[in-house]
Amino acid sequence: MVNNDTIEKHTIAVLVDNEPGVLARVIGLFSGRGYNIESLTVAEVNNADHLSRITLVTSGTRMVVEQIKAQLDRLVPVHRVKDLTDEGPSVERELALVKVAGRGEQRIEALRLADIFKAKVVDATLTSFIFELTGTPAEVDDFVGLMAQLGLVEASRTGVVAMSKGPGGF
Amino acid sequence: MPEQKLTGAQIVIKALKDQGVDIIFGYPGGAVLPIYDALFQQNDLRHILVRHEQAAVHAAEGYARSTGKVGVVLVTSGPGATNAVTGLLDALCDSIPIVCLCGQVPTHLIGNDAFQEADTTGITRPCTKHNYLVKDVNNLARTLHEAFYVARSGRPGPVVVDLPKDVQFADGTYVPPVEVKHKTYRPQVKPDIARIEEAVELIAQAKRPIFYTGGGVVNSGPIAAKLLTQFVKMTGFPITSTLMGLGAYPASEPHWLGMLGMHGTYEANLAMYHCDVMINIGARFDDRVTGKLSEFAPGSKKIHIDIDPSSINKNVAVDVPIVGDCAHALEDMIRIWKARQKRADQGALADWWNQIRKWQARNCLNYSRTESVIKPQYALERLRESLRGKDFYIATEVGQHQMWAAQFLPFEAPNRWLTSGGLGTMGYGLPAAIGAQIAHPEAICVDVAGEASILMNIQELGTAVQFRAPVKVFILNNQYMGMVRQWQELLHGSRYSQSYSEALPDFVKLAESWHCAGLRATKVGEVDDVIAEMLSINDRPVVVDIAVDPKENCFPMIPGGKAHNHILLGPEDNVSEATPEDGMVLV
Repeated sequence: MVNNDTIEKHTIAVLVDNEPGVLARVIGLFSGRGYNIESLTVAEVNNADHLSRITLVTSGTRMVVEQIKAQLDRLVPVHRVKDLTDEGPSVERELALVKVAGRGEQRIEALRLADIFKAKVVDATLTSFIFELTGTPAEVDDFVGLMAQLGLVEASRTGVVAMSKGPGGF
Repeated sequence: MPEQKLTGAQIVIKALKDQGVDIIFGYPGGAVLPIYDALFQQNDLRHILVRHEQAAVHAAEGYARSTGKVGVVLVTSGPGATNAVTGLLDALCDSIPIVCLCGQVPTHLIGNDAFQEADTTGITRPCTKHNYLVKDVNNLARTLHEAFYVARSGRPGPVVVDLPKDVQFADGTYVPPVEVKHKTYRPQVKPDIARIEEAVELIAQAKRPIFYTGGGVVNSGPIAAKLLTQFVKMTGFPITSTLMGLGAYPASEPHWLGMLGMHGTYEANLAMYHCDVMINIGARFDDRVTGKLSEFAPGSKKIHIDIDPSSINKNVAVDVPIVGDCAHALEDMIRIWKARQKRADQGALADWWNQIRKWQARNCLNYSRTESVIKPQYALERLRESLRGKDFYIATEVGQHQMWAAQFLPFEAPNRWLTSGGLGTMGYGLPAAIGAQIAHPEAICVDVAGEASILMNIQELGTAVQFRAPVKVFILNNQYMGMVRQWQELLHGSRYSQSYSEALPDFVKLAESWHCAGLRATKVGEVDDVIAEMLSINDRPVVVDIAVDPKENCFPMIPGGKAHNHILLGPEDNVSEATPEDGMVLV
């Protein structure tokens, strides 16, 4: 039995019926029981069966993380809970929109960095850009951090979506 | 089957009948009038009109707990639903199957702050196992059947179905409850055999074993209780139980150590502390039971059988987790125990029992007997004697009297003991006793009460009278909120802040005003007569006011934040010295 006090970060995927209140159930579980949510994303992934996939990033001791999964699994509209951190390697991605305003050299430097990060320009004016960036949360952190010195106006991030590597599915 | 058009209200009635419901506890109001109208036009479902919606849920809990069936509640929107919330959470904490139908404002008014509108599904989400808002009459029948399935399956619990008034009027199609294959909710009832084998090997090697059983055995059904009794006899191990599990193992059997936990017996708690193998069946390592977690049964290997995977490794890390229904797990264990011809280590077990006998010899439930004042324990001992061999159900309110009832009243069978364990809801007992009495008209149903708790749902005497439920309300009247007073005395320097009930009613006159019988005992010599008279009255409810010692405290007691071996046996043990500062913050 593993029972130590090390805080672990876990990415958990949850397949749920897309019905009214299901997100409130999940969020209420976390707030009611005092668990952390670092990020949470949700969207319907199967239109025919009305299934949504929730990806959440949480942290806690091993005992707490196991408890979170058990509590999620016992919600009635939950089909499956998968701990992507535990179940082998996975891919994690996040999308961000980052607005930068500036002129001259600053503007050129922002574009140069965007190129390095493979960010796309999705809106441009004479004094601003909106970059669209997809990457790991760490890459997005880095990019936003750099832009902060080059006229960052605002950033909007989706939170993490994730999937296990290899042919296996949910 | 030909398609059948019914109104939503008729669908509700038909679905309830098809689910085998015969009794509903409820209270009418604007948003459920169509259902009450449909109820009026049939004779199969009996409606018990309560006086407050909270009591409707508690009565349904008493009905459910004493029959093993799902309890059904019907209340109106807004205040009807919010009044029911305490009862719903009570049922969630104690895993009682309830289906609660709530009226709701018509769908086009939802979200408009309409008259008697409440966000019922929002409010009850954390207080129920699951809830539904039915917006389309054609989903109504299926949703109701699903609600019953969810309420009674796995770890049972309360389910709310919120019914907008226009849906009750609309015409729709009825579907019968064909074997529900729920899309997602299919709890595991059959345990993993490899785990059972592991458990059997561990049990066979035990030197100082103990069974620690809980409400899960009762919920699993009478077969689970039978199998438990069989397995305890086969192994010869001692057994203790939580408050919720009382009755699953007969208290008259020699292996029984009494209840464990904060007010459990000395022998049960010390056996837990010193055991080397703990077999937890259907209990959840609640804080009332474990005391200080870091010193909980420190040298033990733990087996935990629970139907709810989230109960396993929640508070206490266990060595052999077994997810499944208690009856199935016990059946498998007994089979493998026999097949492998296992036998407990007799030498070690004899030593263990010798030690336990020494603890038992402390006679931890002893109290100072006096002739000048009625001790609450004495009143319960006399009640115990007069109930011996009879068909009885005991409900309780919450507080000292509840703990004394758990200590002094023996239960020989499951489903006989109705108490609010998890939530600790004062006001639970009278409606629960009424629910049990409605289900078992010939049985003796007693609510062991305190004078403070009983006032929280005293209005239900009206329900008991109207529906000829001759419940016995046995008030241990000490004029204080006894458990609050006890903690204030022991931990807050005897500063009795707001725990003394001034202006108590005359319970005899109060009973008589409702056409109930009212009896009183103020002297030790009157107790037997009053109990005999109480038991002789069967045509109306009886309220018995027993004036007990106002200063009596409930022992044994494990102070907050302490381990089992720090149990205090009586007033001679100083509690405030025994309670660490971090224990003071615990409830």
